[in-house]
Amino acid sequence: MFLLFTTALLLEKSILVLALFTVTLGVAAYATLAERKVAAAMQDRVGPNRTGPFGLLQPIADGVKFFMKEDFMPNSAERWLYILAPGAFMFVACMTSAVIPWGTELTLFGRPVALQVADLNIGILYILGFTSLGVYGVMVGGWASNNKYSLYSAIRASAQMISYELAMGLALIAVVMLTGTLSLREMAEQQAGLNWNVWYQPLGFLIFFVCALAECNRAPFDMAECETELIGGYHTEYSSMKLGFFLFAEYINMFIACAVIAVVYFGGYNFPGLDPSWLGGLMGLVVMLAKTFFFIFVFMWIRWTLPRFRYDQLMQLGWKTLVPLAMVNMLLTGTFVLVFES
Amino acid sequence: MQSLTNRSKVVVNKEMSFGERLYLPAVFQGMWITLKHFVRALIKGPNTVRYPEEKRSFAPIWRGWHVLKRDEEGRERCTACGLCAVACPAEAITMVAAERQQGEEHLYREEKYAAVYEINMLRCIFCGLCEEACPKEAIFLTDRIVPADYVRQNFIFGKELLVEGIEPDKRIDVSKRQKHLTEKQAPPA
Amino acid sequence: MTLAVFLTLAIASIVFALLMVLTKNPVHSVIFLLLTFFAVAGQYVLLNAQFLAVVHIIVYAGAVMVLFLFVLMLLNLNTEAEPRQTARWKLAAALVSGMLMLTLVGTLRAGAALPIPENTDPHVGLVQNLGKVLFTDFVVPFEMAGILFLAAMVGAVLLAKREIR
Repeated sequence: MFLLFTTALLLEKSILVLALFTVTLGVAAYATLAERKVAAAMQDRVGPNRTGPFGLLQPIADGVKFFMKEDFMPNSAERWLYILAPGAFMFVACMTSAVIPWGTELTLFGRPVALQVADLNIGILYILGFTSLGVYGVMVGGWASNNKYSLYSAIRASAQMISYELAMGLALIAVVMLTGTLSLREMAEQQAGLNWNVWYQPLGFLIFFVCALAECNRAPFDMAECETELIGGYHTEYSSMKLGFFLFAEYINMFIACAVIAVVYFGGYNFPGLDPSWLGGLMGLVVMLAKTFFFIFVFMWIRWTLPRFRYDQLMQLGWKTLVPLAMVNMLLTGTFVLVFES
Repeated sequence: MQSLTNRSKVVVNKEMSFGERLYLPAVFQGMWITLKHFVRALIKGPNTVRYPEEKRSFAPIWRGWHVLKRDEEGRERCTACGLCAVACPAEAITMVAAERQQGEEHLYREEKYAAVYEINMLRCIFCGLCEEACPKEAIFLTDRIVPADYVRQNFIFGKELLVEGIEPDKRIDVSKRQKHLTEKQAPPA
Repeated sequence: MTLAVFLTLAIASIVFALLMVLTKNPVHSVIFLLLTFFAVAGQYVLLNAQFLAVVHIIVYAGAVMVLFLFVLMLLNLNTEAEPRQTARWKLAAALVSGMLMLTLVGTLRAGAALPIPENTDPHVGLVQNLGKVLFTDFVVPFEMAGILFLAAMVGAVLLAKREIR
C-alpha cells in the first residue's frame, strides 16, 4: 500500500515536473515572439509575420537557427567556465518554478493532486536564493569570455543584483509579516477571492516590482547587456545555442518573476467565485496564468517605453530610494500588524 | 526667431519639484503614450506598408529607369538625333546612329535610328532633362527602380533594357509622366 | 538511502574544499567554494533544516561569494603581477596555518568528549521552531545582530550620500 502510494506520488510529481518544464520552455519561447509583437504594436509596426500565420513559427525558426549556427569560442576564453556559464544560468532559471503554486488541489483519479512541484515551507526564500544564484551565470560567463565589455557587464550585473536583492528581500519581509508564512501555497490560500496582498502592500508591491525588473535584467535596468554601451555585455562572445541559452533563460526568469508577483501580491489562482470543484480548479490555473501573462505584458510594456538608466542612477535608486522606502514600508506594516492583531 | 511649429519647448535647468523627482508621473505618462499606440495598432492595424506584397504608388514626378518608347505600330520612336545626350548634365547617354534599310520600316519610325543606345545608370542623376530635350517623345523616365548589382559593367543599360516590348502587354505606361511634363511645360494660365 | 546521500555530500564537500585550496586560479577557487557551500546546504536539508540551508545559500552563495568574485574580477590576475613568494614568507605562512590546524584539532578532540545530543524532534530546524527559539531564548543576541546589520546598511547608504554643502 505504502509502496503503491509512493510510486503514485513519484509518478505524479514526475509528470508535473515534466509538464511544468514544457510549459516554462514554451512560454519562454513564445515570450520572445510576444515581445517582438508588443514592441511592433507600440511602434506602429507589424512585427514578425513571415514564419507561419502571424509569425507563430518564429520561435521554432529561431531555435533551429541557434542550433545551426557556428559554435565559436574565443581562443583566450576560460574553456570550462565559458561552457559552464550558460548551462548554470539556464539551470538556475528552471529551478525556481518548482515552488510556485499554479492552482488549487485537483482531484484526479480519486486522489488530490496539488498543482505545485514542491510545497516548501520556505518557498519564498527558496525563490530568493535561486534568483540570487542567477547572477553567477552572468558573472562567470562575462569573466570567462576574456573580453573587456563582458567583464564590465559581469561587474555591473553583480553589483546590481546584490543591491536590488536587498530591497526585494525587505519588501518581501513586509508581506511575510502580514501573512505569517513563508510558504507560497499558504500565501495564495490566504488571498481568497479579492483579498489580495496588493491592497495592503501597495508600496511593497511597487518596490518588489521594480526590483523584479532589475533582477530579471530587463529594461530599464538592463545594465548588464546594454547593446549601445557594452555591445551585448556578458554574451558578447557567445554564439550558437550558448547564446540561445542565455537569452532563453532570461525569458524564463521573466516568466517566473511574473508568476511570483501574481502569487505573492495578486492572489495567485484566486478569483471571486473560485469553487473547489474540478472545473473551479482548472479555472484557477487559467486565472493564475492570465495574471502571469498580464505581468509579462507589463514587463514588455515598460521595456518599450522607458529608456535605460545610467549606472549611477541605478545605484542611487536602489540604495537611496528603494531600500529606505522598503524599510519604512516594513515599519508601517509592523505597526499595522501590532495594532490590528492585538 | 519665429518657430516653424508650435511644439517647441524652452529648456529650463531648474531644480525639479518633489513630484517631478518621484518620476512616477512621467513614467505613467510615457506608458500611457505607448499604450495608446499599442491599442491603436491592435484596432486599426499598423501604419506600415508590407513592402513586397503591398507597394506604395509613385508620385507623378518620380523619375526612375528610362524607357525608349515605341509608337502605336510598334516602331521605335528614337531617331538618334543626340539631343538627349547633349542635354544630359552627367553625360550618361551615348548612342550610335544608323540608317534604316529597306524592309525595316516596321521597326523604326524615322529614316535614321539608334543602333546602339546606352545609358550609364551609375552616372545618370535622374534629372529628366533628356525627356524634355527629346523632340520625338521617345525617352521617358518611369516609376521603375533601377535594381542593384555587384558589377559596374551591368549598370550600362543598352537597348535591350531600355526599349519597351512590342507586344501590347509589354508596353510601359508613361501617361502620368507625359501629363506631368505637358503641365510643367505649359503652366496653367 | 539517507546514508548514501550523506556520504556523497560529505565526500563532495571535502573534495570541493580541497580543490578550492589547491587550484591556482582564484576564480576557480571561488567556484569550488560555491560548490562546497552547496554540498553543505545539502547536509542541512538532510537534517531537516531547510530554512538554514536556504539562508546559507542566499547569504553565502548569493551575496558573499558574489562580492568575492566582484573583487577578484577587478584584480589584475596576471602571473607577472603576483607578489614574490620568498622562502621566509612560505615559512611564516606554514607556521600560521599549522597553528590554526593545531587549534582546530585540539577543539575537535575536546568536542569529541561531549555527549552527542539525541535529536528526538525532527522538526527542530523548521522555520516556526527556529523563530520561536530566536525570539524567546536568544532574543537579545538576535536583536543585537539585527541592529548591527541595520546600522551597517544605513551606514552604507550614508557613506554613498553626497556631501551636504
